[in-house]
Amino acid sequence: METKAFQKIYTKITQVTKATCSLSAPGIGYEELAIINGRLAQVVKINKDIVTLQVFSGTEGIPTNAEVVFMGKPPTLKVSDELSGRIFNAYGEPIDDMPDIQGEEREIGSPSVNPVRREQPSELIATGIAGIDLNNTIVTGQKIPFFADPDQPFNQVMAMVALRAQADRIILGGMGMTNDDFLFYKNVFENAGASDRIVSFINTTENPSVERLLVPDMALTAAEYFAVDKNEKVLVLLTDMTLYADALSIVSNRMDQIPSKDSMPGSLYSDLAKIYEKAVQFPEGGSITIIAVTTLSGGDITHAIPDNTGYITEGQLFLRKDSDIGKVIVDPFRSLSRLKQLVIGKQTREDHPQVMNAAIRLFADAANAKTKLQNGFDLSDYDERTLNFAKDYSNDLLAIDVNIEINKMIDTGWNLFKKHFTPEEVAIKKEFVDKYWPKNE
Amino acid sequence: MAKNKLTTGKIQSIIANLLIVEADGPVSQNEICYIKIPGVQLMAEVIKINGNNAYIQVFESTRGLKVGDSVEFTGHMLEVTLGPGILSKNFDGLQNDLDKMDGVFLKRGDYTNPLEDDKLWEFKAIAKAGDKVFAGDWLGEVKENWIPHKIMVPFKFIGSYTIKSIVSEGEYKINDTIAVLSNEKNEDIAITMIQKWPVRIPIKNYKSKPRPFKIMETGVRTMDILNPIVEGGTGFIPGPFGSGKTVLQHGLAKQAEADLIIVAACGERANEVVEIFKEYPELNDPRTGRKLIERTTIVANTSNMPVAAREASVYTAMTLCEYYRSMGLRVLLLADSTSRWAQALREMSNRMEELPGPDAFPMDLSAIVSSFYARAGYVYLNNGKTGSVTFIGTVSPAGGNLKEPVTESTKKAARCFYALSQQRADSKRYPAIDPIDSYSKYLEYPEFIEYIQKNISSDWIEDVLYTKNILLRGKEAYEQINILGDDGVPISYHLNFWKSEIIDFVILQQDAFDDVDASTPIKRQKYMLKSIINICKNDYNFDSFEEVNHYFKKIINFCKQMNYSDFQSEQFKEYEKKLNTTIEERKIA
Ligand SMILES: Nc1ncnc2c1ncn2[C@@H]1O[C@H](COP(=O)(O)OP(=O)(O)OP(=O)(O)O)[C@@H](O)[C@H]1O
Ligand SMILES: [Mg+2]
Repeated sequence: METKAFQKIYTKITQVTKATCSLSAPGIGYEELAIINGRLAQVVKINKDIVTLQVFSGTEGIPTNAEVVFMGKPPTLKVSDELSGRIFNAYGEPIDDMPDIQGEEREIGSPSVNPVRREQPSELIATGIAGIDLNNTIVTGQKIPFFADPDQPFNQVMAMVALRAQADRIILGGMGMTNDDFLFYKNVFENAGASDRIVSFINTTENPSVERLLVPDMALTAAEYFAVDKNEKVLVLLTDMTLYADALSIVSNRMDQIPSKDSMPGSLYSDLAKIYEKAVQFPEGGSITIIAVTTLSGGDITHAIPDNTGYITEGQLFLRKDSDIGKVIVDPFRSLSRLKQLVIGKQTREDHPQVMNAAIRLFADAANAKTKLQNGFDLSDYDERTLNFAKDYSNDLLAIDVNIEINKMIDTGWNLFKKHFTPEEVAIKKEFVDKYWPKNE
Repeated sequence: MAKNKLTTGKIQSIIANLLIVEADGPVSQNEICYIKIPGVQLMAEVIKINGNNAYIQVFESTRGLKVGDSVEFTGHMLEVTLGPGILSKNFDGLQNDLDKMDGVFLKRGDYTNPLEDDKLWEFKAIAKAGDKVFAGDWLGEVKENWIPHKIMVPFKFIGSYTIKSIVSEGEYKINDTIAVLSNEKNEDIAITMIQKWPVRIPIKNYKSKPRPFKIMETGVRTMDILNPIVEGGTGFIPGPFGSGKTVLQHGLAKQAEADLIIVAACGERANEVVEIFKEYPELNDPRTGRKLIERTTIVANTSNMPVAAREASVYTAMTLCEYYRSMGLRVLLLADSTSRWAQALREMSNRMEELPGPDAFPMDLSAIVSSFYARAGYVYLNNGKTGSVTFIGTVSPAGGNLKEPVTESTKKAARCFYALSQQRADSKRYPAIDPIDSYSKYLEYPEFIEYIQKNISSDWIEDVLYTKNILLRGKEAYEQINILGDDGVPISYHLNFWKSEIIDFVILQQDAFDDVDASTPIKRQKYMLKSIINICKNDYNFDSFEEVNHYFKKIINFCKQMNYSDFQSEQFKEYEKKLNTTIEERKIA
């Protein structure tokens, strides 16, 4: 970044910590950006003349006589259609060897949408994955994360969802992404001929971790440009939000804030909500849908990061390896799409909700039967049938390699019911049983 | 609090939304002030004073603020404007009318009038010239939607007043003088239809606040039957994420027997608020035949809106409730989620570097929560009429663990505890209220029992206790079966388990998204409860546990179909007949 004549320049830093520098500099605005010996920093505290700057790439090697240049503005992104197909770093600077983009400069982390100006999310996003479309239907304007252990194929699933979702624009926000994963996304999108619909903001594991704090806001500023100015259906992919939260805790701990649960800052909920609540259906037709990844450690969802996320997002998708069929499935118990009510049985067939619930209930019965078996008890005939059902259900519907259309998913459900159970055992409203219970050929 | 010259100040330091301001005159705790920057002014509240330094929390983003920016103190606390026009509004946490704001995005410092200055209201006097009146007494009324909105002597008035004149029936605007009062010193005071009140102070212009005793019908069977809430009562709903707190609260907002509902969306999702103002204008209130939105007011401070205003929003909502209670109305306040309010307190307390309590919450969290819940209640007004504010808040415990400060503090304050269980939610047994851990202290109030016996039935309480007992025995049986195996226990254990399952499936579980099942009037609850209790009281003849499972699944299925049918409809009766035939098959006479 180059400096300009009107910018304020100082050369006397009075205090340096791992993440921050302080210096005497009057007349500085809160959240203003500065550059310290070429490194980007932001004002996080002002006390009389003393300004404290958070240095995104860390303070290693910063001397007390470093040149501090104040930019007179908070972080910004230039927005225009030129964003399309481009790849940027966390500061919004191109890293794809192509020229800088021209456009309107906008502050990132802009204000919230007035709730009364929102539309109710209502447009179904079909992914072909029954674990999502049948059990956890997603709609435009929704925010939903994958909860997954680090070894699960969440990047693959997310890329698949992104490509099938028929979004006008996809914004990829990568935080602490390995270079391999980044190249994976790039390849998948290129092979699908979708690169020109995609804008990426990438912080890889090779970049300083605190820099990734800027990624979500950059990605969402771009998303708002396309969704508001261009009325587009925008899908934002944020991965991995756990690494984002880790960066938050690094900063707050270095600033001596009192940590709350799991050494996370007390403001974690609000910090994450600010990002996720950018998901919105606008009245003019544009929308921002956020699909994120929150990696778990040891499957623990009570950890502050997944816990706070769960309280903010509109459901979550759990990936789990089903050892009975040897495939990764979307776990029907812990997964939930809160907005599915808005579309299932309305935009999809009337029997969708009941078929979905009945199948999950029977799958739960199978889980109970399995526990019984493990505890060495005899299984009843019903138990046996639930176990067989569960295998079919996992294979034909829950597995992430399923790619069928929603009515087909519902029909598959009915066929499995008939194969393993009587109508009473399935306990679905009679009018639907009469209409949809498969007839003998 | 009146001061001659308003105090001003200059910003000294900025840490997120906490500013330290050096003041040039007197300031008071909780005083409102404005930060003046070119083009806008930002509202803030004093939360601590140290010498000349006022610590203020800004209700907006502090981006771009500088040391030396000027601040003007207002001489009053955070106040709401009370008068006709509050109903059906969408306010933010500071009572700004969100619909009056321009543009799609919220603009910093955009404060809008909560009411309409130009709207005409049809005023009718209740009191007459010469009457002696006190604060809170009714002077007249206007029709607000369908509610007779009382125009009262302002709550701030101290001592007695005489009505010198009152306007005749006709149309008036909120700022028109509708009465002139004279005080004890014979000074004239003009009264309009509006008054202001500081939100952090309870409105107490009532004669007495007895223990509440009237059941508030919610239509949610597991609440009304097992753990009833009362008019003017308090309850809270803790539960891990996704366990159904919001769906349950929305159910209450739609169905509860109250004249007026105030929904405080406190630090939760914006889309959940959208659901209310998009759907309620379409939905009918079965009690009045009017649209639900007509009795609903939203105070929205969603999770992405400024944190300090979130903290204020619950007080704003409560004050609006107390205002309508003073009109003799039954008001229900639903706050989702009170944990977000507590977190807002925590963020501020941490920024001020106060000594932290457990989980870094402020030390006085319990006291703050208690005094808030204490504002609810059933009251006798000075004119002998009654009114109530019923408060039900949700709690979002970190990690779903109920041993955390907000849940524990709330447990001390609220009389009903509706614990949502992760296990029930996972197995889609909605509403996921745990029937055994949850409680309603009101069930023990003699005045409540008496009321129920008179108004529902003499054996209702007995039936409720019987039901609870079956649930408990079913749980014990289930545990034994799990330990010893299906064959390892006598058949009677299976019977006990399945009897509790009938209650679970037919009474406790309720489909919030089914038009018929979503809400059950007390009359229907009474009918179903009797039927189910009769089933449970019977003895049955079985040879094997498998027969028990199969048989009771069939019974449950018929009962559920009854739940999905209109009460006493042909369809309902048909399933009931099938149910009875099935019962006869195995029943031991
Ligand atoms: N009574 C019910 N009937 C059917 N489904 C329900 C019911 N209650 C909850 N659900 C399901 O559970 C989901 C989550 O419920 P809800 O949004 O009320 O959870 P919550 O406890 O408020 O979660 P959070 O703390 O994250 O806000 C709903 O979207 C719905 O799918
Ligand atoms: Mg909720």
